[in-house]
Amino acid sequence: MIAWDDLAVGAELPAREYGPLTLTDFVRYQGASGDFNPIHHDTAFARAAGFPEPFSVGMLQAGILGSYATDLLGPANVRRFAVSFREQVWAGDVLVCSGAVTARHEDGERRVDLRLEVRRRDGGTAIRGEATFVVA
Amino acid sequence: MVDRSVIGVTDDGYTMEVERGKIREFARATRSANADYLDAPTPVIPPTFLTTQQFWSTPGTGVFAKVKMDRKRLLHGGQEYVFHGPPPAAGTRLHVRTRVDDIYEKDGARGGTMTFVISVTEFRDDEGRLVAEARSTAIETARPPVEGGAS
Repeated sequence: MIAWDDLAVGAELPAREYGPLTLTDFVRYQGASGDFNPIHHDTAFARAAGFPEPFSVGMLQAGILGSYATDLLGPANVRRFAVSFREQVWAGDVLVCSGAVTARHEDGERRVDLRLEVRRRDGGTAIRGEATFVVA
Repeated sequence: MVDRSVIGVTDDGYTMEVERGKIREFARATRSANADYLDAPTPVIPPTFLTTQQFWSTPGTGVFAKVKMDRKRLLHGGQEYVFHGPPPAAGTRLHVRTRVDDIYEKDGARGGTMTFVISVTEFRDDEGRLVAEARSTAIETARPPVEGGAS
């Protein structure tokens, strides 16, 4: 885990790639989460809704971003995790997770605020995120 | 068009058990190999795990049944989780209640009106202590979404 002294405001977290994602990843996440919206696995349904093919569940890439952040700062330490969805993610996309420290707090416990991003390696921003973690 | 009169409406609530096997399944589905999730006897939940609340509610009884949004034009705009202490661990029983916090409209970038529905879900332990809160933004677009929109 990253130490307090390495989490100065502006410090960048090491970026990490995930993927390429597959339709199986979407289905596996849908099973784990309970969101069975057919637009994420049923090609006929996706086309009827105006899409060329099924696209990823926004909460899958949000969850991957959560995995990225908790690997760096510790699963028990998260106090806030927020995402807004931008571009859709498609099968074949490689996702690049990154982040940086935006604020530090020392009022009784040490905490850092982060800005986070999921970028499609061959596209634009899929998710903008923010998080707060306690730092030992 | 969404009915704004449902602002403040609350669902009946339900109880959710935080389970170790479900945490392991969710962690693996979100590409985590962290031993704190996979191997700990009582792991804490991943940051977005509370989305699995939908396994515990009765279909058709949630606040979204009352908001009457059009599924074909529905987008998930954003999601926020706040934890008042370490995230709940396996073995915790959570009492879950969701309310419609706000509904408002905005002009879409590609024309038409978009309707935003903000819902807030509270998760309390057996003692009634507020453990976590989830804030969800659902968007009903003017027409079925196109590539480049939110997911």
